[in-house]
Amino acid sequence: MAVFLLRRLLLAIPMVLGVATLVFLVLEVAPGDATARYAAPGVAPEALEQMRRNMGLDRPAGERYLRWMGAMLRGDFGVSLSRNEPVREVLAQTLPNTLLLSATALILAFGGGILLGTLQAVRAGGVVDRGISITTLLFYSMPSFWLALMLILVFSVQARNVWDWPFWFPASGMVSLDHGFLGSREQILDRIRHLTLPSVSLALVLAAGIARYMRASLLEVLSLDWVRTARAKGIPEWRVVVEHAMRNALGPVATLFGLYLPVLFSGTVVIETVFAWPGMGKLMVDSIFQRDTPVVLAAAFLFALLVIVGNLVADLLHALLDPRIRPAARAR
Amino acid sequence: MREDRRRLAGPGGALGRAAVRLVPALALLREGRVWSGLLLLAVPAGLLAVAVLRFDRLVPFVVSGAMDQRLAVLTLVVGLVSSWWMAERGRRRLPLEGGAGPVGPRPRDPLLRAFLGMPTGVAALVVIVLFYLTALLTPLLAPFDPAMQGDLVTGRLLPPSRDHLLGTDQFGRDQLSRLLYGARISLVIGLVAVTVAVTLGTVVGAVAGYAGGWIDAVLMRVVDMVISFPRLVLLIAIVALFQPSILLIMVILGLTQWPHIARIVRGEVMSVREREFVVAGRVLGFRPSRVLVRHVLPNSLAPVVVAATLGVGDAIVVEAILSFLGLGVRPPTPSWGVMVAEGRAHMLGAWWLAAVPGMAIVAVVLAFNLAGDALRDAMDPRRRT
Repeated sequence: MAVFLLRRLLLAIPMVLGVATLVFLVLEVAPGDATARYAAPGVAPEALEQMRRNMGLDRPAGERYLRWMGAMLRGDFGVSLSRNEPVREVLAQTLPNTLLLSATALILAFGGGILLGTLQAVRAGGVVDRGISITTLLFYSMPSFWLALMLILVFSVQARNVWDWPFWFPASGMVSLDHGFLGSREQILDRIRHLTLPSVSLALVLAAGIARYMRASLLEVLSLDWVRTARAKGIPEWRVVVEHAMRNALGPVATLFGLYLPVLFSGTVVIETVFAWPGMGKLMVDSIFQRDTPVVLAAAFLFALLVIVGNLVADLLHALLDPRIRPAARAR
Repeated sequence: MREDRRRLAGPGGALGRAAVRLVPALALLREGRVWSGLLLLAVPAGLLAVAVLRFDRLVPFVVSGAMDQRLAVLTLVVGLVSSWWMAERGRRRLPLEGGAGPVGPRPRDPLLRAFLGMPTGVAALVVIVLFYLTALLTPLLAPFDPAMQGDLVTGRLLPPSRDHLLGTDQFGRDQLSRLLYGARISLVIGLVAVTVAVTLGTVVGAVAGYAGGWIDAVLMRVVDMVISFPRLVLLIAIVALFQPSILLIMVILGLTQWPHIARIVRGEVMSVREREFVVAGRVLGFRPSRVLVRHVLPNSLAPVVVAATLGVGDAIVVEAILSFLGLGVRPPTPSWGVMVAEGRAHMLGAWWLAAVPGMAIVAVVLAFNLAGDALRDAMDPRRRT
C-alpha cells in the first residue's frame, strides 16, 4: 500500500509541472505582454521598456520559464492588477466558496445519479427505465447556464412574485443581506437556501451521466452467476440488489469521479457567474473584464491543481476499497 | 423479367423516369418503402415550397456578395448534389434497364439499416437535417432583418404575436429572425471545431498508438495535462489573453477537444495493430506510414464518428456558454448564447426571450447526442436488435 501511495504521488508531480508549463505556453503565445495594460498615448516607450526590464520580461524565454515555474510551485502568483492585493490572498478568499459549492453538487450528483441508475437497471426495458433515460438525456443536453436561469425563473422569480408559492429560493449570493442579524439556526437555513439552486443546477447535468453509467454497470452485474445464486438462496430481491449487486456495480462508477472533476469545475465557473456566487469561477470571469491576467492564470492553474489532487484522492480511496487494484499497480 | 422492368420503370414513361432520376425519393416510394420515401421527399418538397413562397428573395439570396452568404449557397448546392449522387449511385445498382441479377429492393448497408431501425436515431437525423437546412436558408426563411430595430417605445419586448411569432427583444428586433440567424453561428462553430479536434486527435492518437514506447508515453502525458484543465477554464484563460473573434473561438474549441479523440483513436489503433492483416502488411515490407494510413486507420475510425457526432453538440453548448459569459460571439451578432444573456435582464416581464433560444440549443444538442448514441448502438453488433 505504501508503495502504491508513493508511486501515485510521484506520478502527480510531473502532471503539476506540465500544467504549469501549459499555462506558461499559453501566456507566451498570446499577443502583448503585461505592460500592454499601461500603454497609452501619453506613456513614453522608454517608460514601457523600463517597466519591461523591471518585470524581467526582457530576459530570454528559458530564464523566464524557470522563474515562472519556481513562482508557481512556491504559490507566488504575483499581484492582482485590479485589486492591488497578492493574487494568493484573493484566491484564498474565494477557494472555500468554490469547494463548498462543488462538493455539495458532487454529493447530490452521485447520490441522485446512483439512485436513478439503480431504478433503471432494476426495471430495465420498462416504462420507468425509458422515462428516466429520456429525462436524463434531456438534462444532459442542457447548457448549464440556461438550466440555471430556468430554475431561477421558476423557483425564485415566478414562485415569489407571480405564483405566490409558500417557498422560494434566492437567486444570487451566498447569504441574505440581513444574514448577520439572524439567529444561528436561521443563518444555517439561510445558507442552505442560497446553496440550493446553484448546487442543484450543477448536479442535474452531472447526475444524468452518472445514472447512465450506473444503469449499464448494474445491469452487467445483475446478469452474473452469483447474483442468480443469491436469488436462488431465497434472499429478497431488494437485498440482492442493494447489498450484493450494487456494491460491485459501484466500482466502475467510482472511476467517473476523476473523469467528472473537470466537467464539474467547468460547470462551477458558469454557475457561480449566474448565481453571483463569490467563488473562484466568478472571480476568473470578472478578472477577464478587468484585464487582470495574473488572477485569471492563477485561477486556471489552481483549478487544474484541484483536478489533479481530486484524482489522486479518488485513486487512493479506490485502492483502499478495492484490493484488486493494488497488486496490479505493483506489477506495472 | 419484362414485367419487373416495366414495374420499375414505372408509369409515365420517359417523364416519369426523369422524375425518378431527379428525385430519388420517388424511387423509394415505388419500391414500397413508403416512410423513408416520404421522409426523403420532404426535403425537395420543402426546398421547392420555400423557393416559391420566398420567390422575391431568391435572386438576392443566390447572388449576394457577402462571404457567409456565398458559403451558405455553396454548401447547400454541394450538399444537395452529393446527397442526390449518393442516392442515385445506390439506385443504379438496381438492374433497371435489363441487367442480370435479381430485381428488387437493393440490400441496404447493415450499419445504415441498424441506424434507420432506431426511431430515436431517425428522429435525431430529421432534427439535424432540419437544423442545417434552416441555417443555410435563413435569409429566405427569416421574416425580418435580424438587425432591424423596431419602434423603441411601442415595439420593445413585445410578447409573441402573429407579426412577431416569438416576440421582440429589448431593441424591438424580431426574435424569430435572430433565432434563425443564430443557427448559422452554431452550425459553423460545431463543424469547424469538430474538424480541428478530429484531425489533430486522429493524428496524435494514431501515432501514439502505432508507435508505442516513449513516443506514446510522451504524447499521452500531454493529453493527460490538457484534460486536467477544466475545459471552460482553459478556454476562458485563452480568451482572456487573445482578442476574441469567432475564428479564435472555433479553433480553440477544437484545440481543447482533441485529447478525447486522441485517447479513443489510440486505444482503437492499439487493438487493430495486432490483427492479422496488419501484421501481414508489415511482413510484406510496407512502410510503417503506409500500414498506418491505409490499413490501421480506416479500421479504427468507427468510434471517432460517434465521438465527432457527440462533439458537435458539445461544441455548440460550449460556444453558447462562452457567448453567454460575454467571452464569445459579440452582440449584435445573434448567437443563441448571446440571446439568452440578453433575455436574462428581462426575466420578470418577458421570460420567453431567455427561454426560447435555450430550447433551440437543447433541441439541437439533444439531436446530436441521440444520433451519436444511435450510431454507437448501430456499430455495436451486440446491441443491434
